[in-house]
Amino acid sequence: MIADIAFYLFSGVMLLCALMVIGARNPVHSVLFLIAAFFNAAALFLLLGAEFLAMILLVVYVGAVAVLFLFVVMMLDIDFAALRRGFMTYLPVGALVGLLLLSELALAMGAWISVGSAGGVRAQPTPDGVTNTEALGRILYTDYVFFFQIAGLVLLVAMIGAIVLTLRHRPGVRRQSISAQVNRDPAKAIENLDVKPGEGVS
Amino acid sequence: MSVGLGAYLTVAAILFTIGILGIFINRKNVIVILMSIELILLAVNINFVAFSAFLGDLAGQVFALFILTVAAAEAAIGLAILVVYFRNRGTIAVEDINLMKG
Repeated sequence: MIADIAFYLFSGVMLLCALMVIGARNPVHSVLFLIAAFFNAAALFLLLGAEFLAMILLVVYVGAVAVLFLFVVMMLDIDFAALRRGFMTYLPVGALVGLLLLSELALAMGAWISVGSAGGVRAQPTPDGVTNTEALGRILYTDYVFFFQIAGLVLLVAMIGAIVLTLRHRPGVRRQSISAQVNRDPAKAIENLDVKPGEGVS
Repeated sequence: MSVGLGAYLTVAAILFTIGILGIFINRKNVIVILMSIELILLAVNINFVAFSAFLGDLAGQVFALFILTVAAAEAAIGLAILVVYFRNRGTIAVEDINLMKG
């Protein structure tokens, strides 16, 4: 009973937040609603018994992706009012496509039934008496270790790609030159000047 | 668990549709389009986890984990491209992104 109420609460709030993500006037508000939607999705994952994915969703999405969005939105100086022009003109066609898609999904999901023998073809049956995290770890580091490594490689390539794309050396910016600092010695650093009275050092 | 699989699939389908709708109505704002893509991927993840929980197959959760990875990589690269584009052109309006038009 409580699980039912929790499901309807979390899913309802998540869908409202998702609507606000696409409808908010200010993109900063969009990002904040996105974070709220992720929190509610994590709660739904908890209700489904996928604790590990719920926590990963919070860590990865709220902690990394949403903050990245927030940084970019706040860093770029964009006239968002100009970008919102035409919002209403696209709404009818968007709503039409959305309704079409939703009805197609409803048709597909409504016709879906689980065959009685479907349990026999499970790739990784959920083990009993083991926490979700331990069960996931057991198969992730054995049966799916190759995919796990590939996922790490994808993240590495994304990291290098993001750095390569955004790194720039602006001319005229003074940078620290470590070799010049290390190679300094008293002979080069100190200079004796013969200053005449009343003239000063230029 | 008295809320059935159908309820979760319905929520995921609605979320997916909201994501698609967001791409359509925010035609000019790339940042919101990227956020809509995140919503779509979240809907897919909810589907995977729901099927995984109700059918008792952990492979779905492993796949959801990989989707999460790819989504994070996609967001990082997409935002990096956005920053570079804004630096060069001073705008992020989708209609102005036509340099590669043949």
